[in-house]
Amino acid sequence: MNNLLTIFLGLVLINNFILAKFLGLCPFFGVSKKLSNAVSMGAAVTLVMLIASIATGIIYNYILVPYNVQFMNIIIYILVIAALVQIVEIVIKRTNIMLYNALGIYLPLITTNCAVLGITLINAQNNYSLLQSIVSALGGGLGFTLMLVIMSAIREKNELADTPKSMKGLPIAFIIASLLSLAFMGFNGLL
Amino acid sequence: MNMEELEERFSAKKFWKELAKGIILTNPVFVLVLGLCPTLAVTTSVNNALGMGAGVIFVLLGSNFIISIIRKITPGMVRIPVFIVVIASFVTILSLVFEAYLPPLYESLGIYLPLIVVNCIILGRAEVFASKNPIIYSIADGLGAGLGFTIALIIISFLREVLGTGSLVIFGKQLFSIPVISTSPLSIFIMPPGAFIIIALLMALFRLIGVLKNE
Repeated sequence: MNNLLTIFLGLVLINNFILAKFLGLCPFFGVSKKLSNAVSMGAAVTLVMLIASIATGIIYNYILVPYNVQFMNIIIYILVIAALVQIVEIVIKRTNIMLYNALGIYLPLITTNCAVLGITLINAQNNYSLLQSIVSALGGGLGFTLMLVIMSAIREKNELADTPKSMKGLPIAFIIASLLSLAFMGFNGLL
Repeated sequence: MNMEELEERFSAKKFWKELAKGIILTNPVFVLVLGLCPTLAVTTSVNNALGMGAGVIFVLLGSNFIISIIRKITPGMVRIPVFIVVIASFVTILSLVFEAYLPPLYESLGIYLPLIVVNCIILGRAEVFASKNPIIYSIADGLGAGLGFTIALIIISFLREVLGTGSLVIFGKQLFSIPVISTSPLSIFIMPPGAFIIIALLMALFRLIGVLKNE
């Protein structure tokens, strides 16, 4: 239990996906202009990360390791993720049209989001069991959503600020990310 | 290579044009802002940046070559999965080669080596260029984008390593060391916040040059 808590808190606060591991930066800068979009995107990524971790956790622990073909994991994982995103998209479209309208445009983008492939590779690298993989996916997804929400709230205010012309848009967003990253380094001694 | 390809006359001028375009005009990192994750994560030292750059160039050349060969027999509906499988195969080859022959580099690149699969630069070049153009120009395009990416990585990692450690070490050899900084290094630049600051300033610099030119 202690071990699971360490994995979870570690990924949310200390080894945060965005601020410390630089995974999923494209949606982080692309979708963080409005708070409502940020929440939807965070939820979509967390959902796909969770499902992908379960699927690849099963494949890794019960197929790749017994047959000793771990080196195939890159090809298999990316195909599994691409297929899963398609399935999730179809299921959401059929069952909950409101949710589909909120998440719809972000779902196809998630296939090439390095956060999703990243979490499955981290799970494989650390030889996590299925339960540990699920916890790490939840931690990673929550950490990602948290950053996206904080970032979009700051950027909404920042739109009104008088920024130098060449710093407008992305460069100032990177500076904000840098300050956030500096603040979150304070959590380093937590565990 | 089929007859059709040979008939299309090779023009050296176009070859160099495709090559140069990726390095300056459409630099993947500073101009198109693609492939951010590896750009920030592996630029803690010039050594890592060189390894990452070489890896990306290898995968880009391989995937552009294969995708250009099979472009006429690939059905449009399934082209993206086909591209991803081709890219993932080359990344697997690369990661096995690094693991066998360059274990220290393999260790320090960590999960960012397999993550080359989802680097938008590679899928982008496959979709925009290699799937529509002959083999020879696809190779030039891949090489150009790869070199542009590598040059950007080298610039960022050079600044980070020099400011963060006060010296520059390439392939285990110390090239130079700056007196004041090496005794009390600004270690923030090797840590994640430094990566964000450096890329923000470089991007603003590129914008500033662009703004001045336009006015």
